Amino acid sequence: MILIHCPYCEEDRPEVEFTYGGQAHIARPLDPAALDDAEWESFLYIRSNPRGRHAERWRHAHGCARFFNAIRDTVTDRFEVTYKAGEQAPDGAAR
Amino acid sequence: MSGYRLARGGRIDRNRPVAFRFDGRDYSGFAGDTLASALVAGGVTLLGRSFKYHRPRGLLGMGAEEPNALVTVDRGPARITPNLRATQVALHDGLVASSQNRWPSLKFDVVALNDVFGALFPAGFYNKTFMWPRAAWEALYEPVIRRLAGLGESPVARDPDHYDATYAHCEVLVIGGGIAGIEAALDAAQTGGRVILIDDQDDLGGGALSDAALWPLLTDLKARLAGCANVTVLGRTTAFGYYHQNFIGAVESLTDHLAPAEATGPRERLWRIRAGEVVLAQGAIERPLVFDGNDVPGVMLASAGRTLALRHGVAVGRAVVVMAAHDSGWRDALAMAEAGVTIAAIIDIRDVVPGDLAEAARAAGIAVHTGCAITHVSGRHAVKGVTFAAAGTGPERHIACDAVLMAGGWTPSVHLWSHGKGSLAWSEAWGAYLPGTAIENCRAVGACAGAWSLGSGVITAVLPNRKPVRAQKAFVDFQNDVKARDIHLAVQEGMRSIEHIKRYTTNGMATDQGKTSNLNGLQIASTVLGRPVADIGLTTFRPPYTPQTFGALMGHHKDALFQPVRKSVIDDWATAQGAVFENVSNWRRARYFPRGGETMEAAVLRECAAVRNAVGMFDASTLGKIEVVGPDAAEFLNRMYTNPWKGLQPGRCRYGLLLREDGFIMDDGVSARIADDRFHLTTTTGGAARVLGMMEDYLQTEWSDLDVWLTSTTEQWAVIALQGPMARAVIAPLVEGIDLDGAAFPHMAGREGTIAGVPTRLFRVSFTGELGFEINVPAHEGRKVWDAVHAAGQAHGITAYGTETMHVLRAEKGFIIVGQDTDGTMTPADMGLDWAVGKKKPDFVGKRSLARPDMDAPGRKQFVGLLTEDAGELLEEGAQVVADPDAPIPMPMIGHVTSAYRSAAAGRTIALAVIADGRARIGQTVFIPMPGRVIRAKVTAPMFYDPEGSRLNA
Repeated sequence: MILIHCPYCEEDRPEVEFTYGGQAHIARPLDPAALDDAEWESFLYIRSNPRGRHAERWRHAHGCARFFNAIRDTVTDRFEVTYKAGEQAPDGAAR
Repeated sequence: MSGYRLARGGRIDRNRPVAFRFDGRDYSGFAGDTLASALVAGGVTLLGRSFKYHRPRGLLGMGAEEPNALVTVDRGPARITPNLRATQVALHDGLVASSQNRWPSLKFDVVALNDVFGALFPAGFYNKTFMWPRAAWEALYEPVIRRLAGLGESPVARDPDHYDATYAHCEVLVIGGGIAGIEAALDAAQTGGRVILIDDQDDLGGGALSDAALWPLLTDLKARLAGCANVTVLGRTTAFGYYHQNFIGAVESLTDHLAPAEATGPRERLWRIRAGEVVLAQGAIERPLVFDGNDVPGVMLASAGRTLALRHGVAVGRAVVVMAAHDSGWRDALAMAEAGVTIAAIIDIRDVVPGDLAEAARAAGIAVHTGCAITHVSGRHAVKGVTFAAAGTGPERHIACDAVLMAGGWTPSVHLWSHGKGSLAWSEAWGAYLPGTAIENCRAVGACAGAWSLGSGVITAVLPNRKPVRAQKAFVDFQNDVKARDIHLAVQEGMRSIEHIKRYTTNGMATDQGKTSNLNGLQIASTVLGRPVADIGLTTFRPPYTPQTFGALMGHHKDALFQPVRKSVIDDWATAQGAVFENVSNWRRARYFPRGGETMEAAVLRECAAVRNAVGMFDASTLGKIEVVGPDAAEFLNRMYTNPWKGLQPGRCRYGLLLREDGFIMDDGVSARIADDRFHLTTTTGGAARVLGMMEDYLQTEWSDLDVWLTSTTEQWAVIALQGPMARAVIAPLVEGIDLDGAAFPHMAGREGTIAGVPTRLFRVSFTGELGFEINVPAHEGRKVWDAVHAAGQAHGITAYGTETMHVLRAEKGFIIVGQDTDGTMTPADMGLDWAVGKKKPDFVGKRSLARPDMDAPGRKQFVGLLTEDAGELLEEGAQVVADPDAPIPMPMIGHVTSAYRSAAAGRTIALAVIADGRARIGQTVFIPMPGRVIRAKVTAPMFYDPEGSRLNA
């Protein structure tokens, strides 16, 4: 049972309170109609799958219900840092 | 082996005899015995049959590593536990145990013929042989193999025991209660923090319990431990898994060691422990030696022989031969000799052994043969003697004996270390992997860290022998019957990685997870491949360390607590009416209300007719509900749903269709605009949480500029759907503050007022095609309003209906149910819902995906109706539809049936389906092949009743 630090609640809470939300820092295009099919496919489906540091979204679903971002190591499952939605990813994190 | 109780010694209480039964015979042991030690003391040699060859097997080890002596313990009706290691079953009065995997009896086993034909059963045998014909696999091969190659039988009755579960937190958790573990706990206790010490045995001490010289130290350490108020000792507790962030799962056995009459309270307790630091002191497990005949009952680990003698006061035999490759075998032999066991000889593969050991052995009158190896063990059900030779190939000599002890060196127990993803480092000195770098805040101490002196030795693969390996019955994995020759064969057949060798031979894949076999297997593979062990890798250790009961893992989460059932406020009423219920996501919903001995079919036809002809009432409280509030509420919904929302006037309702960003239908529901800045949204019963989560996602992460608040109100409202031509007449006397007249309150209008004196949001909506209302009232008033409506409806023949009737009525009108008629790959156009897509809207979730070429390509499945040629024929939901039933197999499938019912209104069966280019096939005949026959059906529009919709606006 991993403990995850919610940057809004500012508490370490058990992972069952959270849901995973996929790769972070992928913004929905402001004008989807302007994208060609390949670009839309890239937005919709293409994700990084790093062995190591991964920037990803989590939601404190059974807590404050807020979405936030995290840098997690996909090998060790260690959370390096969690930060609020809208904040910059720390340097070096896989995008 | 003819074991017996030594006249003195051991940590047993000879004043407390304990009576027990094994395989139907009465035996007696002493308090402090395990089932294994008491059986050996009673002269029992044969304790089980092996998994594949059904070879006779005796005891190998003395703890968690035991692969052979698996027993079934019977604690009374429904309290049967298979596959327990006899070495870990504490003896108590009235214990009833039996051996496993033998038929008809342990001594005479028919399937042991497998062993005679052993050459027919090499590695990969099952994979290679039982392949063809395919049908025979299910009918013959699998059932027979399962019967023959098995462990104990699972209990079939419900487990009457209950199991406790708890959490604990501590600064330091020590796992393993040997000397190293106790000392670590005492050190940690000095800091004043909370310390927990876990040990799996009945008595703290680990290996020291088998070493009388350490008993005074042990007594002292235990006394000091008892003096530490901040140390909690959990005995009879197995730490089975090491998870992230120092989270440890452990099971404490509470009553299995007690006589049945004394066993009260929960049977086991699951501990979930979060520790600041974890100290692993799991010790080491002795390694067998691999030689011809090393599995004959009576051949066991030297450490087991020592434990039997020193701890339990039991001699393993009357003439014992020790086969050693390690100093510890000599020390065990000497300790046993001192305890009164007759050691006939010590054979050591090494030419030179430490002088003090050889000297001590000679002084004890033990014959010593260095530079020699056992080449054969005689006896089948029990050891009769051994043959040995210099370097395994010299002239053979024979010694009569009834027990053989193997001392092949030690394997530090790194299981939990590996669960915690700590790295491992190969140690030449140990011939084993030792803990390397930890990821968690964890350290290893004592023997499991390689920091304990057990002497030195050599690591061998297979003992030298004149006979080729393939002619030897030299076992590596005792529980899975893997021989040295199987590993040779695997390498010969091209396996290179230990992960492949493991799976091909099943070495280390039994319930003991290779505690005694992994490293011998590695060593043999390394020798055959001519590559260093560290190059071949190591298989992964995974929880649980030893098998655990489902009961302990489940704890209190059973019956009503397994998964909470959500009930609406009308549930009591429905129960009193004799409703038949069904589960819809977590909700319990009334499916139909049978009268007298009515079948479901009869009840549903009656309920349907009542709604169409008079009026019916339905508990729709489970619908998901979200209150959307804020100045940007309409803009937000406009971006989420396919249809336009900004122009919707307060007091009006609209059907909303929600897509995922990939353009496929996710959910739907009717929503009302209560005010400019307030919407009352509904979702499907099962989709509520998903929809709210998705909306929150967009609101928080994409459109955080919008000023909107979402609140789940599913539980706040009770919803009564009142449907049928008499619906208005039923509620007219109850409603105040709303003009119910058709012109003032048309279809898809929503009003606020009171009903039966209760504030209501009254919507004129219909999921049946009839005049209808959905009465939303605060949940705590729901039952009161339900009763008032039901009473008022009596004059109009009101009938309560359930979800099954609701399904039929909506199918007659072709209204979809998301998740039943759609499957996550259907677009609005596929489902004929194009009208609900706002063509002029610049964007909404999923819009861009709908413009992909494949989303309106020919050949997509489309939503249609099906009418079977035989009007009484009810199609099966999920049945596949084909265009040509005579096409060769595999027949091209063009779609499937999504819904099928008997319709009172249509006077026949109806069905809905999704079929490739379905709308172009309307009027054509399609075919639904079923076992033994083919059903013919005509494709129709998905509409079977009142296509003009005149009843809706009545």
